[in-house]
Amino acid sequence: MTEARETPRLRLRGLRSAHAGPFDLTLAAGEAVTIQGASGSGKSLLLRMIADLDPSVGDVWLDGVARTGMTGPQWRARVRYCAAESGWWAESVAAHFAMPEAIAPLAARLALPEAVLGMAVSQLSSGERQQLALLRALGDAPAVLLLDEPTAALDPASVARVEALLDEHRRAGMALLLATHDPAQPQRLGARVLRMVDRRLCPPVLPAMPA
Amino acid sequence: MNPIPLTARDLAVSAALLALDGLLSIGLSLGLHRAMLIAAVRMVVQLLLVGLVLRFVFAAHAPLLTLGLLLLMVAVAAREASARPAQRLGRLVMFAIAGAAIGSATGVTAILALTTALRPRPWYDARYAIPLTGIVLGNVLNGCSLTLDSLLGGIRRERAAIEARLALGHSFALATGRLRREAMRRGMLPIINQMSAAGLVTLPGIMTGQILAGLDPIAAVKYQILLMFLLGGGGGLAAIMAAMLTARRFTDGRERLRLDRLTAAQ
Repeated sequence: MTEARETPRLRLRGLRSAHAGPFDLTLAAGEAVTIQGASGSGKSLLLRMIADLDPSVGDVWLDGVARTGMTGPQWRARVRYCAAESGWWAESVAAHFAMPEAIAPLAARLALPEAVLGMAVSQLSSGERQQLALLRALGDAPAVLLLDEPTAALDPASVARVEALLDEHRRAGMALLLATHDPAQPQRLGARVLRMVDRRLCPPVLPAMPA
Repeated sequence: MNPIPLTARDLAVSAALLALDGLLSIGLSLGLHRAMLIAAVRMVVQLLLVGLVLRFVFAAHAPLLTLGLLLLMVAVAAREASARPAQRLGRLVMFAIAGAAIGSATGVTAILALTTALRPRPWYDARYAIPLTGIVLGNVLNGCSLTLDSLLGGIRRERAAIEARLALGHSFALATGRLRREAMRRGMLPIINQMSAAGLVTLPGIMTGQILAGLDPIAAVKYQILLMFLLGGGGGLAAIMAAMLTARRFTDGRERLRLDRLTAAQ
């Protein structure tokens, strides 16, 4: 197996659970990979396993450091999963952010309502929730971002704004692994394409377009 | 002064009121009449049996027999508490959690009362140990069962919120803190309500029983106060233990949320 010159940002070797895998995958710093595949094919299972939210066996490294050397919370602080269905534990939006004031400019970039931080979670649309959950996940600059259909509830203009933000973080070195149903999204994000079939990863049907 | 003896007819008349509840349940489609009937029949049979057993055990003066009966009571209470919640962990796990919470809370409370306040001779005299354990057990069972129900249901309902916090790198303790506190509160609320309403809204059962049986009201009140303290203390211990043990069972060494360990009641 040929290793990249630099230590990969994220590396999986034989990662599997009773329900999916085994998976082998390498992501370089600043690389984006999208996973396409039918609903139920195992995309979310893979992302949850990488984030250590579901039990799995096999090896995972972040920047060459094995996952077993970190606690679950330490790992998830660096390898950040953002679920398709966003979760909220308090009534107010602001209570979900460590530094709400730092979020305001980013919220404006995504064209979220100006007063969004003062609002209650129950007042938000599903698209607004999804975008805020993404901002929350990006908050302390994780090394790897695992996104589960991050733009599923968004209109095209919002999708473009979210993609621009993701691209910026990717260029700063964050590795991005993204499950999506949008066939044009990989190209817009400059991402390598993988397919999930029957809970296994495989290359795309057609060779990916040359970069 | 002697208690007024009750006849079987007196009891049958009071049962008519429960039968009315049953009819209301059918009329209002509450679906409770079956459970109510089973519970009522169980109550009568169980109490009559207990009366006979107690007569025998009190007369036997055998500490091992007393201990055996107490353990049996705890086991039955643990089974009741673990069977009630709509969401369950494995049958044995639930029994172990409820047994540990109920057994230790009741044991501590009963031993404290028997060795300090009541001080019968010997302190483990069945005539005191068994009724005292029984009343503490009933309340502790209630608190434990409410705590379990609240926490099991809450964790299932709040799955997305808990996992959102875990995914952000929060600890499992932080991610479930509010739910654990809510479950403990729910378990302790009945006894708090009972204490604050005692004497105003209701005359507590023990006190009423003793007054009906001919005891001086102030002496009966003192007993009731002692019991309320014991029930409050024991109930609180059981609720806290049940919540902590249950929460632990929902996670693993990697601080994941292990909802796969939860099964819905059939």
